[in-house]
Amino acid sequence: MREKALQQNLSDDLAIDVCDLVKDFGSKRAVDKVSIQMPRGQVWGFLGPNGSGKTTTIRMICGLLEPTSGYGNCLGLDIQKEADAIKKATGYMTQKFSFWEDMTIRENLAFVARLYQLHPIKQVVDETLKTLGLFDRQHQLAGHLSGGWKQRLALAAVTMHNPALLLLDEPTAGVDPQARRDFWDEIHRLAGSGMTVLVSTHYMDEAERCDRIVYLSHGKIMVQGRVQEIVKEVGLVTFKATGDGARERVEAFRRDDRVDYASYFGAALHISARDRQALQAAIGEFGDGLQWQEIETGLEDAFIALSQMQHMQSNTSGKG
Amino acid sequence: MLRSLNGIFAILSKEMIQMSRDRLTFAMILMIPVVQLVLFGYAINTDPKHLATAVHVEEQTPMVRSILTGMKNSDYFDFILTTGNGEETESLLRDGKVSFVLSIPAGFTKALIRGEQPQLLLEADASDPAAASNAMAQIRQIVLQALQPDLTGPLSYLAVSADPVDVVVHRAYNPEGITQYNIVPGLVGVILTMTMVMITSMAMTREVERGTMENLLAMPVKPYQVMFGKITPYIFVGIIQTFIILAAAHFLFRVPFAGSMSVLALGVSLFILANLALGFTFSTIARSQMQAMQLTIFFFLPSILLSGFMFPFRGMPIWAQWIGEALPLTHFLRIIRGVMLKDTPGMALLNEFAAIGLFMLVVGAIAMKRYRRTLD
Repeated sequence: MREKALQQNLSDDLAIDVCDLVKDFGSKRAVDKVSIQMPRGQVWGFLGPNGSGKTTTIRMICGLLEPTSGYGNCLGLDIQKEADAIKKATGYMTQKFSFWEDMTIRENLAFVARLYQLHPIKQVVDETLKTLGLFDRQHQLAGHLSGGWKQRLALAAVTMHNPALLLLDEPTAGVDPQARRDFWDEIHRLAGSGMTVLVSTHYMDEAERCDRIVYLSHGKIMVQGRVQEIVKEVGLVTFKATGDGARERVEAFRRDDRVDYASYFGAALHISARDRQALQAAIGEFGDGLQWQEIETGLEDAFIALSQMQHMQSNTSGKG
Repeated sequence: MLRSLNGIFAILSKEMIQMSRDRLTFAMILMIPVVQLVLFGYAINTDPKHLATAVHVEEQTPMVRSILTGMKNSDYFDFILTTGNGEETESLLRDGKVSFVLSIPAGFTKALIRGEQPQLLLEADASDPAAASNAMAQIRQIVLQALQPDLTGPLSYLAVSADPVDVVVHRAYNPEGITQYNIVPGLVGVILTMTMVMITSMAMTREVERGTMENLLAMPVKPYQVMFGKITPYIFVGIIQTFIILAAAHFLFRVPFAGSMSVLALGVSLFILANLALGFTFSTIARSQMQAMQLTIFFFLPSILLSGFMFPFRGMPIWAQWIGEALPLTHFLRIIRGVMLKDTPGMALLNEFAAIGLFMLVVGAIAMKRYRRTLD
């Protein structure tokens, strides 16, 4: 009895507590045994390539999709049986802008306020408009707004009822850098007020703004933890080279088995591998005439290496 | 030249690919001509036969039997009731149970033999002039021909004289046979069917097509709330449409309004609801507004062709009448024509109300079942 109560308490501290979630679409497995235990009040990043199952997982968490198997709670509510209650307590911002383009900002917010039964509507809407800097544009049609403003409207609409959990699905895709920065300041302001935020993204700089990240690939969680931990766990050694002909050498390093990852960006050649000696041997062979320098492995390098390793693993296991 | 052909070919092949992706649309493109062929080719008959007829005869003599047999053999008349009591046949015409009432009074045969040219009365429901016109045109000839064999020997002079019987045809409800009396009230039903089904089905599919459905689903609102909220504004649209047509019927076409306004109001409301429910159901099947539109047309076609709006209901083969019975428009036409032209009382239309109500319940249940609460 006591133990059960203790467990109950533990899971109450978790905003998301799902176990072995699986989702099949026909014969395709979109999400494969995903388990997430996310404490309240944190900001977590959800990363992974397109089609890795991020959106599907988020939709299962907020009751928009029924899992094929697996179980779990969201804010202490059963994701399958208590979807209605979850909808009231969460805010979900869809990947594609999904507000009514033929209504004004104000009309959209008033509609949402009515659905969540927020009172008094006028006051709630006014406050939200002011907080998110939308007040001057309140009578513009949502369809006429630029990407950044649309996304700000969406954030306003999904946070207006002050949800305990905010699920944001690639909220900053196609948004300019300044608007992205403002958006993240807003996320941290909301987190500071006690909101739990799970945000999926492709941007590494955004991942680094998260307390923890969960990395999905082919429907499975490959790795999760703090950014530095993940980079360390991947255990990559990275060298950077500048000089004439650096660009042309990418292919040679890419073909070399001793190098896990080679790419040219920021006017420099980057190569990384887990095995330092093998990497240095490769540099000795192909790296003549370039200026070499060891650098800290970036999160992006780590992730690309991870997904390649995953790919190789699944290939070998497929053959075996 | 070749370059411009290339461009055309590029667009053409893209169009073919997209057409093959949209299965429902493609199926509709193929189905609509097939349905039209079947309906126009087999179901529609502008010379309706086997029309329900009640016979009120006050004497049974060989000559009366000859007349009845002759009428039956003409295939225009199906006797569903033969009685000696006039009260029984009185309301049948008004309530739409029969298209004709034939009355032969007592003393008919004696008067005939004496050469007094007795009257034989055929009352026809002329509210649909097209349905009854051929039978009305033929009745005199049918009666005279049927009597021919009996008019031999001492009676043979009757066969060559002026008509031995005075066949009186009474066009009830529409003595002048004005087509508009039948068409204009029917238009209320046709226009409501078209607009109500289309507007609702498209209003819902629009949410799916634009991606706002995901948002609606993520917010705390229940399916029935969405359904009623979506449908209610269009109820008013339907009522306004009804008023416009009824006003036109009165002021422009001078269509009489014989019956009860409240019975009609009840019929219109029920009919609007049934069509809105159907539109909602279509929206749970269609994936795009285009598909919703096509489903509407697919439903609309048999509705105007098999309901009795354009062509006489009784003229159709039985299978087509059964399909017609399943369509709410068929029953609504009986209500609005009955109320406006014939002053049919509400009680006599109970079956029609029940049929529309049943349609609404079935369709509404399908909509509720199919409405996706999740994105699955």
